[in-house]
This record gives sequence, structure tokens and C-alpha cells, in this order.
Amino acid sequence: MRFEEWNNFNSGTWENEVNVRDFIQKNYTPYEGDASFLANATEKTTKLWEEVLELYKKERDAGGVLAISNDIASTISSHEAGYIDKNLEQIVGLQTEEPLKRAIMPNGGIRIVEKSCAAYDQKISDKLADIYHNYRRTHNDGVFTAYTPEIRAARSSHLITGLPDGYGRGRIIGDYRRVALYGVDFLIEEKKKDLESLAHSSITEELVRAREEHFDQISALEELKIMAKKYGFDISVPAKNAKEAVQWTYFGYLGAIKEQNGAAMSLGRVTSFLDIYFERDLKSGVLSEEDAQEIMDHFVMKLRMVRFLRTPEYDELFSGDPVWVTESIGGMGIDGRTLVTKNSFRVLHTLETLGPAPEPNLTVLWSTKLPKGFKNYCSKLSIKTSSIQYENDDLMREYWGDDYGIACCVSAMRIGKQMQFFGARANLAKTLLYAINGGRDEISGKQITSKTVPVTSEYLDYDEVWEKFEGMCDWVARVYINALNIIHYMHDKYCYEKLEMALHDKEILRTMACGIAGLSIVADSFSAMKYAKVKVIRDATGLAVDYKVEGDFPKYGNDDDRVDSIAVEIVKMFMNKLKQQPTYRNSKPTMSILTITSNVVYGKATGTTPDGRQAGQPFGPGANPIHGRDTHGALAVLNTMTKLPYKHAEDGISYTFAVVPKALGKDEKSRVNNLTALLDGYFSKFSHHINVNVFDRALLEDAMEHPEKYPQLTIRVSGYAVNFVKLTREQQLDVINRTIHESI
Amino acid sequence: MNGKIHSIETFGTVDGPGIRFVVFMQGCTLKCKYCHNRDTWNTRGGKSISTDELIKEILKYKSYIDNSDGGVTVSGGEPLLQAAFVTELFKELKSRGIHTALDTSGSIPLSDNIKELLKYTDLVLLDIKHIKPEKCVDLTGFTNKNTLDFAKYLSNTNIPVWIRQVLVPTYTDDKFDLLELKKFINSLTNVEKIELLPYHNLGKFKWEELGDKYELENINPPTPEEIEKAKQLLEIE
Repeated sequence: MRFEEWNNFNSGTWENEVNVRDFIQKNYTPYEGDASFLANATEKTTKLWEEVLELYKKERDAGGVLAISNDIASTISSHEAGYIDKNLEQIVGLQTEEPLKRAIMPNGGIRIVEKSCAAYDQKISDKLADIYHNYRRTHNDGVFTAYTPEIRAARSSHLITGLPDGYGRGRIIGDYRRVALYGVDFLIEEKKKDLESLAHSSITEELVRAREEHFDQISALEELKIMAKKYGFDISVPAKNAKEAVQWTYFGYLGAIKEQNGAAMSLGRVTSFLDIYFERDLKSGVLSEEDAQEIMDHFVMKLRMVRFLRTPEYDELFSGDPVWVTESIGGMGIDGRTLVTKNSFRVLHTLETLGPAPEPNLTVLWSTKLPKGFKNYCSKLSIKTSSIQYENDDLMREYWGDDYGIACCVSAMRIGKQMQFFGARANLAKTLLYAINGGRDEISGKQITSKTVPVTSEYLDYDEVWEKFEGMCDWVARVYINALNIIHYMHDKYCYEKLEMALHDKEILRTMACGIAGLSIVADSFSAMKYAKVKVIRDATGLAVDYKVEGDFPKYGNDDDRVDSIAVEIVKMFMNKLKQQPTYRNSKPTMSILTITSNVVYGKATGTTPDGRQAGQPFGPGANPIHGRDTHGALAVLNTMTKLPYKHAEDGISYTFAVVPKALGKDEKSRVNNLTALLDGYFSKFSHHINVNVFDRALLEDAMEHPEKYPQLTIRVSGYAVNFVKLTREQQLDVINRTIHESI
Repeated sequence: MNGKIHSIETFGTVDGPGIRFVVFMQGCTLKCKYCHNRDTWNTRGGKSISTDELIKEILKYKSYIDNSDGGVTVSGGEPLLQAAFVTELFKELKSRGIHTALDTSGSIPLSDNIKELLKYTDLVLLDIKHIKPEKCVDLTGFTNKNTLDFAKYLSNTNIPVWIRQVLVPTYTDDKFDLLELKKFINSLTNVEKIELLPYHNLGKFKWEELGDKYELENINPPTPEEIEKAKQLLEIE
């Protein structure tokens, strides 16, 4: 073996080239048993976690932000080493020199940083202000030099929202495992070879960019070593044992979150990779199960402490301070062996050793073929903690192989081989209203899109409105992708993720990850036009401002093909429009049906819709129906979800489900079995994602009134989990008003 | 063939094993004072549906049923009142490998129709309203003779049974009654499980909607201690 750290590993091509998947396949131990081998939290863990909880409390008492590192523009190695309690910590490393102290990363946008500081009565140092206002352009400034008037109009009218033009785009997963397996020097060597190979006879613009990027990637790796040195570790060589493997992997991730304040900073799929190291140490007797759990607990504690400085407006969109440290767990290999290992159990077990928490965003890649013991352990923890989301591995494996991970909520990507240009989402409900109003905004009355012929009839005609809607979607898709092309050009230029990209291959697949909001509203609106009558109410200027639905109509979310098929048509149609647009770096357009918690904000910004939804009322989150419209029970709405085509929404389809414990069965055993069966049944029908919440409404109501009693109460919202008590009151009410399935 | 149903529940988890598609039949002859489905009594009400339509609907949920070792439960109302319809439904379900359960009070005289139905029934959830005939009359308007005969028939024909007893304070919680019930159950050879269902008053509003007086106005649901005591008497774990 090239390195002594690799002793007792099985050989493979992974030894001579960067190939983590090959290493995993040649060396991992599938685990088919149950959870009985797990160990409890050690004394050290309990003590350290108590200290973290104390820090959380201080943070809450300080209004949400404990401290800001306001005089350093954060880089991989900018801050000195920081600790919670050096004597207790098995895994070390913080974003700044103090726990929960937030770094600033002005390359994304100086104004955002200043605004965020101001929200907590602080300001950045004069020196940094001078640099970033007078000498150094940011991503945010770059974008606004190039935005067109129509993009600005679409943006300010909330037709296209959540664009990453003022904050880091995120949703890129570095293959942090490479740091542990190869050590940084090996990675630098490989990157240098790549850079050398990027020297064709004629240097094109594309090649110039690639060469500059590779140069930056190499410098990022050098910086990563410096950062680790500050903590007393030499990561130029591979990790030699389990503890080091976790530490090295975490350093890779830590470097990324010191450099980038991305919207979602996901971890990837590290658990079963790390299991190989745990197994080696357990076998040789240098580690006990207690030790292994302790290392994972301390790692997860660090992941729970990731913080970014964000503006109150941002929190309104994505509330509860999420960072999407998404870790993908389980799944099956393409050779038929399960990728579940003992470490898959350990990472989930942290929900018991440390209690529930929204981060890391624990994502189980579900397959009907997963071992029964693992399935039931997942179900048990979902019932107990509502902290897990599930995504269909049997579906995604066909697209992305068996070494992909989830970025953010539902975006699958091959680890180290693929990235996305995150594109937030277009408001399709508003698009429909613009189609009816000839491109005028239903609230302001302003002309937003180029003028089109409005609907003038008293009642809406399905065919006429559909044609106009398609026309409006053409306009929206073009302007939307234009905006994203500008955003990602500028992000690459001014805020390039050099470390995350250093942990990718030279050749990668880039997707342009668009999204839609308001699917259920548009589907129900067309259903109302087709099966009932929709009367238009216009103001004095002829603007349609209200709708009266006469009669009943089939509603999305009840397993009724008459309306569910309309939803499918909408997805296909809009995806086709996106495909027709030219994209930055020839990225492949994809689409998600996901709103995160912004469904409340979208609702506020959208007038009354033809389905009878009143102005201001929240949208359903993700692919969910509007609250209360799914009246045919839990399985009917699940069946509706199974109809949405992943093929046309490859960036993911998010569904959030809530059920009271009693509705799952009479006792714990039958609840676990029934939830497992529900997931098997749901995913065997090619659906993509489900957030599982198991709680009683009364519990949430009590938590609203007595937040101090529920510091760790976690619930799943669209694609991530939050501390319920950290939501705004408005969002808490939105959650409580959602359909919580119960039966008597 | 058409039957009259009150409603369906696609995600039943309390009426038999696994995830169950539950069909609530319309019509019941008993007048149980604690009935939480008062609106299922009227034999002329309900919605007419064919077995074909029902099967089509059930098959939409087959993946959940299969994965949970669940099935279809026909409840009510009193399903035995529409034995021929349920027989046709169960025959069809059995041919598709779906588990069938009948949730009944067994209070209808045992006819050939009912015997035919039981050939296609995998499990009977038998609700013994009261073990004492006279108390049963007070609670439901009828004696328990048919029910007990039904239970014995099930035992003789070896059809698996889950016995259900609703625990209503002052009505069904007498120590000696419960012991007598247990003794009767012990005389049967086919009982897989005894389920104690604590009385609740969530169905009260249905009585009021129909303009009926709810006689158990002053009866509270049993306390956890009362439930525990009854469980001990019935030897439920």
C-alpha cells in the first residue's frame, strides 16, 4: 500500500486515483441487523452536550445571534482555533475562534453583511467596509450590474423569488471524504496534474476560467492544511484511524463553511464511508462501541453548531436558522448489497443520545430492499423525534448511481462529480394571474411582463386560460433562466467555492436547478375552470382581482385523476419551457417542486387565485395541497404525490406529512410496523420524498405558548427540519393549520 | 351487486392487523348507548356502491396493505345485515390475496348467508357488548344470545377471532362481569387476542345532530387506572 494508513484495506483502483466509491465498495461491511448493538452516550458526551445547550440558551437570550466576528472576512484559515471545552471534545473545529460566533463572508454581498450586522446592532469594521465598497466587487454587486429591467420587474413583483443574488448559492457538496482517505497532499498532486492537462494549443475563454479555478482549488487545499495545523493536526497525509477519519472529513467540511455562507451547505454521504474506519478499529480492538458512538456524537454536535449570519428577510423565507447540513444515509448499492452499515445506525442514534434536532438534516435514502431492522429503527425514531426525511433510493439510484447525496432538501447529485446552480423558484400561481391579466400584477396593477391579451370574459374558459398560461410561462422561463445565467456567472467570478470544487473531479455535470411554487393552486384553479364555473371580478381598471367559484370541483391531493393529471401536465409543460433556454456553462436545466418555508411569503405576495384561495393565504409547502383541501385521508394524498413525474422534476419533489401518533396504531410496535409499511408502500410507487412528522396538534399549541419548555422540539417542514420554537408566530400557525392526519 | 355504505377509511390502523382499508356499512339494529357512529344506524340511509367500484378503490391502496400485512375490514353499522354483499366483496378480495376482517357484534341470527360469508373471512373482530343478557338489553336493546351463539360457531369452525370489549364505566366495568367474560372467552378455542376499547364521547355530537338524547352524558371515559384494572381481569398484557 502506498500509505501505511491504508493497512488492512482491500486494494482497488482507488489507490491510484481519486475514487471514493471504489474504496467504499471494496471495503465496507453491510449491516443487516437491528439497533440492539448501539451504545448510550458517554459521560463526556452528556457533559459536553449540556455545555452546548447552555450556549444555545445564551444565543436565544441574545436574540438569536450570540456574537459576530465583524472585523475578519472569513476564509478557510482566517480564524484562530476555537473550542467548546477542549478537554471534552473528541472532534474539534469551529467556524470562528468562539462557539456560535458568526463569521462574515462579504464576497457574497457587502450590503447583506451590513444589514445582517445592523439587525443585531453591530457593524463591520471600517477597514472591511472600505475594501468592499471601494476596491472589491461582490457577487451581489456583480449581479446588479448585469440584471435587465425585466428581471428586476419579475423579481420585485415576487414572480421570481428567493434568487441567490444577495447570498451564497450553496447546494454544492464537496467530497469531504477525500480529505480523510487521501490526505490533502495527494489531492493537491492530482489537481496539479489536472491543471497541467488544461493547456491546449489555443487558450479559449473557457480554458482560462478552468485554469484559474484549478489554481484557486489548489490554494484552497493548501489553506485547509494551515487551518488543521491551528488545531494541531497534519492532514497532508491520510487519516490513520476512525477518529482521525471523522476529524479529517469534518475539517474538509469546516473549511467549506468557513469560506462560504451558502444557502444550503450539505455534508454528502459520509456515514458508511466512515464505518469502514470504525470497523477496522473495532476489529483490531483499539475502539469500543461506546468510543465509536462518542466520536459520532461529538461530530454531530459540531454539525448542530454550524451558524451563518443572515438577514431577517432571509429568515422570513427560510426560517429557523437552517443550514442544511444534509447527510444522506442508507440506500442500496447497484450490486444489490445494502449500503446500510452500523454507522448508519450510530448517526441516527444521535437523536437519542443528544435528543432531537433539526441539524444535521438526516436524510434516509429509502429502498423497499433496505434491511428490516434498519427500516424499523428509522420509523421508531421518526415517531419519537419527527427529525428524519426520506427519499426514494430505488428511484434515484437509476439516475445517479449509488454514491450520490442530497444537497439541501431534495436535490440529488453524484458526490464529487456533479454540482448545481441553485435557482430558487418561480411563482406559478402568480404566473397564472398574470396570464389572466395580460401581464399586469394583480396587487399593484403595474405592467410587469411584456403586454399580452388579457382574459375579458365573465367566466374563465379552461382552454383559453391554459393557452395564455403557457404563453406566460414562456416569458417567465426565459426571464428566469436569464436571471440565473447572470447570477451564476457572477457567483463563479466573485464568490467561487474553491474548496468545495477542489473536492470535485475535473470534469463535472452542472445542473441549472430551477423550481416552482404554487403547483397545487394552479392545478386546483384549472380544475375549478373545468368542473365548476369561475366568475371573474374586476376592478375599475379591468384588473381581475377576485374570483367566485360556482359549484364544486375535484381538488389536488385526494387521489383524483381528474385534477392530479392537470398537475402532472403543468410540471411537464413548465419543465419543457425551461429546457428550451440557453444556460450558463451549458448546465442541464432541472426543476424542483419545493418551497421550503417560503410558502407563507409566496402566499402573502400573491392575490386571490381562481381556485378560491384568498389573497395572502399561504401556498401549500412544496408539492403539498393547500392546507385542509386533502380530505380523503393520508393515503389518498400520498397517492397523488406518487403521480408527479420525477423525470420532469429531477431536482426533487417535496412532500410534508403529519400524522398523530394514535393514527399510526394502538401500540409502539404496530406504529413502527405501520409507518415502515407506509413508507414501503409510498416509495414502491415511484414517489420521491416525504417529511414525516408524528405529533399531536395540542403539543404544538402548547409549545407556542410555552417555548421555554420545548427547546429541542423538532418538526419537519418542506425539505428540512426546524426547532419549532424558532419559527415566527405566523409560520407556527401555518404548521398548526396544516392537515394533520388523524382517524377516530 | 350493490351495498349501502356509510363511509370508508383508507388508513385504518386500529381495526385489525396492519394498515387496513375500512368499509363502514350503513344500518344497524342495535341501539348501543355509547355508539360513536350513531349516524350509521338508519338502514335506509347511506350511499349505494357496487363491489366493483369498491374493489377498484381498494386496489389503489394495495401497496400499503401488502407491505403492512394489512387488509380490508368491513365494519359498520352492522356488516352482517348485508351479508350477501360482503360475501361478494370478500370473495373477490380473497382471489386477489387480500386479508379480510369482519368487525361485528354478531347480534344477527346465524343464517346460511352469514355462514357463507364466514367462509371468506380471515378474521372476526367480535364486539361482545355485554356478557350478562339483562345488562346487554339495557345497553343495546337486545340480549347477547345471538352474539354468544355466533362466538361458539366461530370457535367450532375455527375462524380466528379478536374479542373486543368496550369499557364503559358503570356499564361494563363490573369486576364479576369481566371475570365471567374472561371465562366465556376461555371456553373458545379460536381467540387470538382480546382488545379493551376504552369508551370515549367523541361521537356524542352525532347524536345531537340527529336530535337524539345522549344518555351517557354524565359518564366520563375510564381513567388509566380503571383501564389497567380491567386489563388485569381480562389478562391482557
